[in-house]
Amino acid sequence: MTAFGRFVADVRAAGRLVLQPRMGFGDAAHMRRGLAATKTAAPATVGTITLDSYTRLGDHDGARRMLAAGVELNGYPIVAHDAGTTLAMLDGIRDDAFPVQVRHGSPTPDRLFRRLCDLGLTATEGGPVSYCLPYGRTPLRESRRSWERCCRMLADTGESGVEPHLETFGGCMLGQLCPPGLLVAISVLEALFFRRYGLRSVSLSYAQQASPAQDHEALHALRHLGDRFLSGLDWHIVLYAYMGLYPRTRSGAEALLADAAGLAVRGGATRLIVKTTAESARIPTIAENVAALRHAASAAHDAATSVMYDAAVYDAAASVAQNARVVAPPASDTGVLAEATAIVEAVLDLDDDVGKAMERAFRRGYLDIPYCPHPDNAGRTSSYLDHDDRLRWRDTGRLPVAEPRRAAGRHFGTADLLECLTRVRRKYDPIEVST
Amino acid sequence: MEVPINRSRFEVLLTGTSSDSHVWNLAYMHLFIQELGHDVRNLGCCVPDDLLLREAVRLEPDLVVMSTVNGHGLADGARAVRLLRRELLLRDVPIVIGGKLGIAGSDRAKDTQALLAAGFTAVFGDTDIDLLLFEAFLENSVSVRVGN
Repeated sequence: MTAFGRFVADVRAAGRLVLQPRMGFGDAAHMRRGLAATKTAAPATVGTITLDSYTRLGDHDGARRMLAAGVELNGYPIVAHDAGTTLAMLDGIRDDAFPVQVRHGSPTPDRLFRRLCDLGLTATEGGPVSYCLPYGRTPLRESRRSWERCCRMLADTGESGVEPHLETFGGCMLGQLCPPGLLVAISVLEALFFRRYGLRSVSLSYAQQASPAQDHEALHALRHLGDRFLSGLDWHIVLYAYMGLYPRTRSGAEALLADAAGLAVRGGATRLIVKTTAESARIPTIAENVAALRHAASAAHDAATSVMYDAAVYDAAASVAQNARVVAPPASDTGVLAEATAIVEAVLDLDDDVGKAMERAFRRGYLDIPYCPHPDNAGRTSSYLDHDDRLRWRDTGRLPVAEPRRAAGRHFGTADLLECLTRVRRKYDPIEVST
Repeated sequence: MEVPINRSRFEVLLTGTSSDSHVWNLAYMHLFIQELGHDVRNLGCCVPDDLLLREAVRLEPDLVVMSTVNGHGLADGARAVRLLRRELLLRDVPIVIGGKLGIAGSDRAKDTQALLAAGFTAVFGDTDIDLLLFEAFLENSVSVRVGN
């Protein structure tokens, strides 16, 4: 079977964007229908099995009880279902042209990884920081040790000939309001952690924020640091469509997704995780996911055409990166790359082991996620969405950046926070519904 | 010499529920309570019942606020408040819950009744009006205490 990374590279070489939903259903037949629909929704799709919250928290008995009681779960309970059920669910669905990735959110996924390896589902995502800090209270050290074991377990499956793939969720910390320099840095650091523990095929994530120009610059920084730090690995960039409060209207949600697809194409991302028009209200249906994949495919095609046209007409500084796709350079440099580089270098200096270095960095405040209440997060930083929709620091705390900032002046209160959290929704929804 | 205590400034213990990993509701409520002039200890998300109990006993807060949006507030909240109420120290401390308490289509009146019966002092939803009601509740609690 073709490895995940190989499939993604082939699609990219053909000049297309890989599209992927987030999708998980408790019932195996329902899950199979969802994957089958994803497979045929657009030319280059990857299937997703999103796990339910009981399984994420390691409460497999809880998931079994819910299944037995016939209660709808918010994802697929891959440990509670016996392996045979899942193999049958996947039979004839996953193949060379349709890899399937498992998405969860577990800080200590040992049991889960054992099951994934048994099932040959060796494309998954997470990371010792990104699946720990935003989701609860598990100590960072416990998460790091678990992810060390899990990375090794996953890497060992490569001996069977299929290269396992691990995506860092580090570029999506808390979904919104984390300035891109820090997102890029954590994404790169977690990928280095994966390499340290044996993985050879990884992806770097980044979540769409409020400013297309700043996001473009962030993707450029991510690519630059990937080239610098991940040589010898198979790696690509995955962009997440906006993860904060989503527009409530169909037109708003579609416009935001189209912008994400355009950003992915112009910024050189290889894979896009889509969101649906139902996002603001509930867990989307299969049909809504299929519609989102089609919409993103069409928007990506339009963006690729216009980028190729611009490059041909103006012979601009557009470069052909790694392969056939043309990537537009960012319009301006506001320091995202410099900030991310400074953070990555300072963290790596703390310990020869990148996992221990990250742990120490959180203790020192070299890594410090704004608004994250986890006990191992220093909580000295704060950030805001500026009038030009760019994320900026109010206070850099002890982050090792060249230009530290200290929160001064007006208090940042609930009205400010709410304004920042709802900016994107208000920008994309027509005025009369954006309350 | 006895240190004068500002009795109108509450120590508020803010917490997410055991199964809820959302944090933005907690970030918002943290600021909101601070803006009303009180001190906040924020336990964060996915707080296990035993940890909440331990912290509540240790801090002896003037008010406990549980905030949740994942739709499991009814089950998680009721279980947690029953545990807190079994502790003598916490029998009379106001404990409130607010947010998206049930999944779509659940009966809010029935849910509220069940949560009050389990031991909550007050139950709030997730609208602007609920925030006003919470603010009024907090002011009222302060004036009751200052008047003592």
